[in-house]
Amino acid sequence: MNKLVRMIVVLTVIGLISGGILALVYNLSLPKIIANQEAETKAAIFKVLPETKSYKKIISGDLAYFDCFADNGEKIGTAILCQGNGYQGVIKLLVGVNADFSRFTGMTVLEQLETPGLGAKIATQDFESQFKQLATKPPIEYVKNMKPEKDNQIEAITGATISSRAVVNIINKTVEKLLELK
Amino acid sequence: MKKNLFYEFTKGLWNESPTFRQLLGMCPTLAVTTSVINGFSMGMATSFVLICSSTIISFIRKLIPNQVRIASYIVIIAAFVTVADLFLKGNFPAVSKALGPFIPLIVVNCVILGRAEAFAAKNNPLLSFADALGMGLGFTLALTMLGTIREILGSGTIFGFLTFEPWVVMILPGGAFITLGLLIGLINFLKQKANKPEVHAACEVK
Repeated sequence: MNKLVRMIVVLTVIGLISGGILALVYNLSLPKIIANQEAETKAAIFKVLPETKSYKKIISGDLAYFDCFADNGEKIGTAILCQGNGYQGVIKLLVGVNADFSRFTGMTVLEQLETPGLGAKIATQDFESQFKQLATKPPIEYVKNMKPEKDNQIEAITGATISSRAVVNIINKTVEKLLELK
Repeated sequence: MKKNLFYEFTKGLWNESPTFRQLLGMCPTLAVTTSVINGFSMGMATSFVLICSSTIISFIRKLIPNQVRIASYIVIIAAFVTVADLFLKGNFPAVSKALGPFIPLIVVNCVILGRAEAFAAKNNPLLSFADALGMGLGFTLALTMLGTIREILGSGTIFGFLTFEPWVVMILPGGAFITLGLLIGLINFLKQKANKPEVHAACEVK
């Protein structure tokens, strides 16, 4: 009986102390974590629409996007959050479109779990910069092992066609949905 | 006592290296060593948890009833892992993102529970601290080594600088097994070579 009581007491005390410490650490680091996430969003928006001075988050249905404004309050474009399945997991990315929705202004991958060294290259500057100045219509296409010829084409990453195609499909689907709404 | 302390510290670095000699903690070893920085950060996070939990467990080892010791160890380890996770998320978001689920998974890293059960539960806090420090550094060293080799061969980069056409398999899971196997082979070979003269001398004395 004595043993049983001791077991329960010791484990409870350890649990309580650990819980208390965790609550403290969590509260101390929460503001930093939130600030990091906000800074990340800001940096991503700035990357796809460099002239952005302020932005407004809009959520409609399952779509989330940021209307971006320049210094003088004029709308310069929209940064759209897109997500979908990649080769190994969900890919989250942000794509910028100019004010009249005719061209993409940039793309940046926020989260991905693609194969390191192959599919993970979708998050490199080389791949992302291909989306700059890309036409929004017709939908984006990808080409393999050659330089893109039309202004709605990008070159897929060698050895990572599935990941490249996933990015293209995710963007096309989301943009299409957004156009239907407007 | 002092010599003993030094022995407990150094054994983790080479003679009983958790990765190369005990083959413990293989999951993070194989999974996150795709680059130097990932391997090093994982090693440091694991060392932090190992040192804190080993020392605390050693302090309260006489209070914990034998029947619930594993449960107590896991609660203490999990608490430190969460602290490490929150710290990385707050201060090094890039590292935290790269290591992803492998930080919370330190809870089940057998190096940590192994040291708690095999060492901290039987020795005083000072010795346990030395043991944990040595094991932690040994683990970090091994992960950094694997990360360096795989980054150089697999991405063709050293700390981000491109050197040559990469050998992609090294960054895929297969590369982890190849690198680890070759390193263990090399270390066994060196050990055998180092032990040979001793055996020889012993024979001559006889």
